[in-house]
Amino acid sequence: MDSTALVRFEETVLPHLDAAYTLARHLLRNEHDAEDVVQDAYLRAVRHFGGYRGGNVRSWLLMIVRHTCYSWLRRHKVDARSTEFDETVHGDLRIADDPEAQMLRGALREALDQAIEALPVAFREVVILRDVQGLSYGEIAEVVGIPVGTVMSRLSRARERLQRTLPVEDYGRN
Amino acid sequence: MSCETLSDKLSGYLDGELDERAAAEVEAHLRQCVTCSARLEQERRLRAAVQAHVPPLRAPERLRSNVRAMVRAQAKRARRRQTWLPTWAATAAALILGVAGGWQLATWRASQGDESDLAAQVVASHVRSLQGAHLTDIASSEHHTVKPWFAGKLDFSPPVADFTTEGFPLIGGRLDYLRERQVAVLVYGRRQHVINLFVWPSRDAGAAPSPVSRRGYHAVHGAAGGMAYWAISDLNEAELSQFAHLVAADLSHSTAQP
Repeated sequence: MDSTALVRFEETVLPHLDAAYTLARHLLRNEHDAEDVVQDAYLRAVRHFGGYRGGNVRSWLLMIVRHTCYSWLRRHKVDARSTEFDETVHGDLRIADDPEAQMLRGALREALDQAIEALPVAFREVVILRDVQGLSYGEIAEVVGIPVGTVMSRLSRARERLQRTLPVEDYGRN
Repeated sequence: MSCETLSDKLSGYLDGELDERAAAEVEAHLRQCVTCSARLEQERRLRAAVQAHVPPLRAPERLRSNVRAMVRAQAKRARRRQTWLPTWAATAAALILGVAGGWQLATWRASQGDESDLAAQVVASHVRSLQGAHLTDIASSEHHTVKPWFAGKLDFSPPVADFTTEGFPLIGGRLDYLRERQVAVLVYGRRQHVINLFVWPSRDAGAAPSPVSRRGYHAVHGAAGGMAYWAISDLNEAELSQFAHLVAADLSHSTAQP
């Protein structure tokens, strides 16, 4: 990498570090692992920067981050595929918190965090990319490597699961 | 539109991601369906709650400085390699030997190693090629134009065939990377579908076309005539398989008659 490429990398790819960390943190559900994986993903990004030919740099980086996360999950025997769409396991997850505790300030945020963490990873990633990180369906399709129509149906199902986990009275007010 | 059909489009409607016609269809259904209207309202509240209470995170400072340092170290290392090469002939020769050895190792790994990782890279490259403006480096339906274009850009000469008579016209070619090695990509069309054909040298004596499915895309890969290939498209599996057999036959043929 020559100095122009280095400057270009620092100007275009480094600013998306927070986005990379947010995605990794939610996919791995652990801060320490997220740091390791993001660092590894950036190493891959530097090495492949020569092959990057323009386009949406955030999507490009998040695609690498996602890929690195999945490799990590596979390596650590968290079988993403078997938990992905298993209705019997994930069909009726409910938050076990004391309902009164949830009335407390910040409890809604905690309940939401837990509900999102309980989603299978394929659903979790579309919710995070869309509702937390604000990507368009087209960008999500690019990051996840699925058609836009699949992004839409997967997001629908993910939100439906969240609604089942979180009773409407928990977030319905305001 | 039934409630069933609507359920998949509800998120798209809420997020303003439907085209006008689809949005109008959803609205028409919502006007007469209380259940779906209630569902939409619930989904709207849920989305608002997530957006309000689950904020994007900020990377820890330690990570920020580690990443920055790593990027700089990588750049420095790559620069050192570049300045060596032209200076000392002996070093250059040693490096070239190293590269050749590395390449053999890479192709060996490609044949032995984790095929799913390669599949993921092929899919990612296919998706990138369709979404960016970068499908081809050279756009031409003439294989006499496309083949010489690769000369000098690659350390091998990919066979370039036009399958127009079989219904797969050549659209063009580009360079791409798979497993950190440069590969040739030939782009073909089939009706409105695009097929990306990745080709690179392989020591694999030959492997019959075998199908793989990833994230809704079909791919067929194999090896013939000293080349490994991956064909990928959103085309149906049968037609893609037909295409792969044409490719395999052509690859065997082109080495038999150099």
